Amino acid sequence: MTAVVPSVWRRCSRWVTALLLWFACLLWVYPLLWVLSASLKSPTEIFTAGLALLPRVFQWGNYARAWNDAHFSTYTLNSAIVTAGTVVLVVLRSALAGYVLGRYRFVGRTVILAVLVGTLFVPQGFTVIPVVQLTHALHLDNSLAGVVLALGAGGNVAATLLYMGFFAQIPKEMSEAAEVDGAGFFTVFFRVMLPLAGPVTATVIVLTFISAWNAFFLPLVLTLSRPDLRTLSVGMLAFQGEQSTDWTAMAAAAVIAILPVTILFLGLQRMFFNGIAGAVKS
Amino acid sequence: MASNSTAAWRGASVARRSHGLAHRLWRDRWIYVLLLPTAVLYGAYTLWPIVASDAYGFFHWTGFSASMRWAGTSNFVAVVRDPLFWNAMRITFLFVLVTVPLRVFCALVLAIVLNNPRLPTARWLRTGFFLPVVTTSAIVGVVMSLIFDPVSGPVDLLLLKTGLIHKPLEILGNAHTALWAVMAVWIWKWLGITMIYWLASLQTIPGELYEAARIDGAGAGRIFRHLTVPLLIPFLVIITLLTAIEALQVFDLMLTMTGGGPYYATQVVEIYVYDWAFNVSVPQLGYASAAATIFGLVTLILAIGQGAAVRAIRRRALG
Repeated sequence: MTAVVPSVWRRCSRWVTALLLWFACLLWVYPLLWVLSASLKSPTEIFTAGLALLPRVFQWGNYARAWNDAHFSTYTLNSAIVTAGTVVLVVLRSALAGYVLGRYRFVGRTVILAVLVGTLFVPQGFTVIPVVQLTHALHLDNSLAGVVLALGAGGNVAATLLYMGFFAQIPKEMSEAAEVDGAGFFTVFFRVMLPLAGPVTATVIVLTFISAWNAFFLPLVLTLSRPDLRTLSVGMLAFQGEQSTDWTAMAAAAVIAILPVTILFLGLQRMFFNGIAGAVKS
Repeated sequence: MASNSTAAWRGASVARRSHGLAHRLWRDRWIYVLLLPTAVLYGAYTLWPIVASDAYGFFHWTGFSASMRWAGTSNFVAVVRDPLFWNAMRITFLFVLVTVPLRVFCALVLAIVLNNPRLPTARWLRTGFFLPVVTTSAIVGVVMSLIFDPVSGPVDLLLLKTGLIHKPLEILGNAHTALWAVMAVWIWKWLGITMIYWLASLQTIPGELYEAARIDGAGAGRIFRHLTVPLLIPFLVIITLLTAIEALQVFDLMLTMTGGGPYYATQVVEIYVYDWAFNVSVPQLGYASAAATIFGLVTLILAIGQGAAVRAIRRRALG
């Protein structure tokens, strides 16, 4: 590509590329638009209107059915509690562990690190039975706390490693200065170190949020006998099993499950992208 | 509290060989206090299950409240003799082998195109392609079972309208096509996150390098081959590894889209384990644990193999 190529032609080709990409992008999000549209159609319209997206009359009743009759109000609340609990648990324990692992040499450090890295990629299908057994043994199978622990207590090694990498590079003088001023260990950690780790915390929150909101296997097997503790994903499977013909309410339920996160994502896009990028850069 | 912790703090950096083990442990006690949550929680919810899962395989065990009976190796023998188990293993690894290269490669192409700072509306496009990532796998699975519905799903409608097919296709109901459909949906769902990984990797390459190459008279093709590709290889290794791990865990999408059917055509190992442990009238927890253990072992062997391959590639890239 030399300077001889006219810049007009180059600009045109860029717009053509963009246009093609927009077409691909529309196809890409079409399934999501289709659900949104199906959730507002009447049951007959969904079968007769074919590919048309815009409903003739907006059928808000679909949402009422999903929200009340199919208990999606309960499921939404459960999902929110489980996700929030998991995020808090993972951030706290990973930050604490990452902090000491990153800044101190102590007896057992190498062993702990080796165990963490060695178990970085344990498939969930491998550990699910003992986790359920443990939840039974701790009598946690009657509350969402059991689900939160199952999701946040194990795994999540990447979060610990991210914090460790970050705290390891903060200069010693930083914390020593705070100590000279008379700050204790926990004060230094919560007032100085954790705020400094803001970008890492953002990454961990985003990644944990996505995985906890997506979680399905563990919430499913932990709530088999407790329909009132189902999260949105699990509730959706139950809904599909019980009302497989009520497409419009099913679509409405899907929108209820997807829309809040989508709006959150659109609002906090930069944080999402930086968070994910942060995971691969370090 | 403050004085104690400060002592521990300083102590950590003081020469430690002169002290006894007990002394060092006592001096660093605050460190162990901070590690306690992770040690207890991780120990209980990750390390213990790894050990327990192996042990449970040696028992007859028909429910979480039932008592266990010693079974010797009979569960393992039964799993290894079950053709459906090997069917599940085959499907699991076929899924990884097909989807991982596709997802990693397509995401790279997309990232390279979108990384062009002069491309109009690149940010909007990036958001659009990322959108499926923020949806929920299990929800997407249910929605996709509607979208692929042979009577009124949009996929069949579109194919019928354009005349590509003349009678409705049972895409998810057909043992030959169901797995491929789930693969396509899985790539669709997660491509965005791989694209962001690649964009982040591409942005680590300093712009001056490209400037210099261009001044030296290198064309776009040569710049890509001799500059971009070598710099991206370390990222390729990490991204492929992350993607492969995810591809081993497709339970959510698979269970909601096909439930493992038709005729076990999409039964990955996770669904096999789930069916034996949770989805039968008399749970076979010992048998399911044995299956999970064999799966875990095979995965471990593959991970070690992959680790060795990664090290070999790194060494070649450096040398």
